[in-house]
Amino acid sequence: MSAPVVALVIVLMGGVVGLQALHECGGGPPASTTANILYVRSPEAVKRLALSYESLLADVYWIRAVQHYGMTKLSTDPAKGYDLLYPLLDLTTSLDPRFNVAYSFGSIFLAEPPPGGPGRADLAVALLEKGLQAQPERWELAQSIGFVHYWWRQDYGEAAAWFARAAVFPGAPDWMGPLAATTLAEGGNRESSRQLWQQVARDAEDEWYRNEAGRRLLQLDAMDQRDVLQQAVSAFQQREGRLPSGWDDLRGAGYLQGIPVDPAGAPYRLDSGIVGLDAASPLGPLPRGLAPVL
Amino acid sequence: MRLIGHVAVNVFKESVRDKILYNLVAFAVLLIAVSYLLGQLTAGQDIKIIKDLGLAAIASFGRLIAVFIGIGLVWKEIERRSIYSLLSKPIRRHEFLLGKYAGLALTLFVNVAVMTAAFYTLLAYLNTQFPEAVRASWPAPATDPGMLRAIALIFLELLLITAVALFFSTFSSPFLSAALTCGLWVIGHFNSDLQSFETVVDSPAAAYLARALYYVLPNFAAFDIKAQAVYALPVPGFYMVVTSAYAFVYIALLLTTAAVIFSKRDFK
Repeated sequence: MSAPVVALVIVLMGGVVGLQALHECGGGPPASTTANILYVRSPEAVKRLALSYESLLADVYWIRAVQHYGMTKLSTDPAKGYDLLYPLLDLTTSLDPRFNVAYSFGSIFLAEPPPGGPGRADLAVALLEKGLQAQPERWELAQSIGFVHYWWRQDYGEAAAWFARAAVFPGAPDWMGPLAATTLAEGGNRESSRQLWQQVARDAEDEWYRNEAGRRLLQLDAMDQRDVLQQAVSAFQQREGRLPSGWDDLRGAGYLQGIPVDPAGAPYRLDSGIVGLDAASPLGPLPRGLAPVL
Repeated sequence: MRLIGHVAVNVFKESVRDKILYNLVAFAVLLIAVSYLLGQLTAGQDIKIIKDLGLAAIASFGRLIAVFIGIGLVWKEIERRSIYSLLSKPIRRHEFLLGKYAGLALTLFVNVAVMTAAFYTLLAYLNTQFPEAVRASWPAPATDPGMLRAIALIFLELLLITAVALFFSTFSSPFLSAALTCGLWVIGHFNSDLQSFETVVDSPAAAYLARALYYVLPNFAAFDIKAQAVYALPVPGFYMVVTSAYAFVYIALLLTTAAVIFSKRDFK
């Protein structure tokens, strides 16, 4: 290439980079109003269209499901819609029925209550049952169904039944049987929940699942802390005859030493005498039920 | 046999000189490398996704080479009019055709081997990037040699596609040959639907016709054991033997028919 041509290429390249930078300054293209669309929802149709690329297509749908969940969760839109989450997970697991992460993570995504998820424990159970049909030998799926009933539905009888079912699967861990018995006897007890998640944190194969178990354990710690703070608020109200207007009142009365923060480091909120998590806390929303050990 | 070898080596050399071929291989290697980045977009299952993508890339780029080089094997000689000088030499037409096929088969073998080596190298590197606890949760080791069975069947599928492309190119234009080959490959994945066609139609004649097509058309779906390889599921040796035999017999059938058509073709 001659020198003028090289110079021209460099100038043109500079122009491309400059214009791209201009795009960046302008904030990119105008916001699109097009909603998220899933053109083909039928797993049967997608399986046929995939030809010999079922596994690869399952990966693509899985990545789409993760991105859809993550982007919706992080969006500031007050009406967060996770409408595509189940169809995407259904397509993923239809294309690749052994995609175990899609079952385990997918059920957590689906069951998570709003705004962190769609709060569809029923769909989470349906997804896991579909997995169990495809792989009747996997005790982990039966255990996950028990989890959904325990943690998100607070249906401890059903949870215990699934844990008991998981316990008789070949290769199921020894603690599964006692877990079923404990769940039946002490379901809804915060301490038994803690033991459940500690078990997951120890045994989960995937790092994401272990981290999720860690987050659940922090939530349980936060529930304990919230109870203690709520007791302090009640004690203040009894002594002063009014609700504290903020943490400073409690600190001034000697109930607290500083502004209380949750296990994730976010300060607790005190609104009209009710202690709660800050909206920015990664631990919110806290699960319902789960009484403390008395 | 010696003449077939000469033609084959020349086809291979021509393919190696062909810049498109180099680009495809480079792109396949690049795609496998990009699969590493793709793995970062997801939650868990990085190795599974990289294996899926790597195997799909090997199959896809092999198919592109098989179809687009395969249809040009004979056509290029006719277009350049070099067929006249070639056939005036002491070489029979079927030897010329078989030599062309063997040359492309050799090219495909080298391509698949290079892509496989790049694929395993990437997996071996990624294997070192995960802690032991994570590796233990994988259904199969990253560099599971069992995947070679899937790659072997991919290679046989490519040989069959090449035979189909060569067969069509003996009597039709390159564009039509490419369309027919791709069409047959797509139909070959709907083989199981033809098998159970009587469940969706009332006409016994249509059902018999579908049944006949089920046996006659190439069953490309049989060569796809990528998912089984990724999950390290057992693939019986008998299945591998029968599928391999199916490929060789079908290739022999196509090459024989192509040789007959080619030997009768008038190049004036």
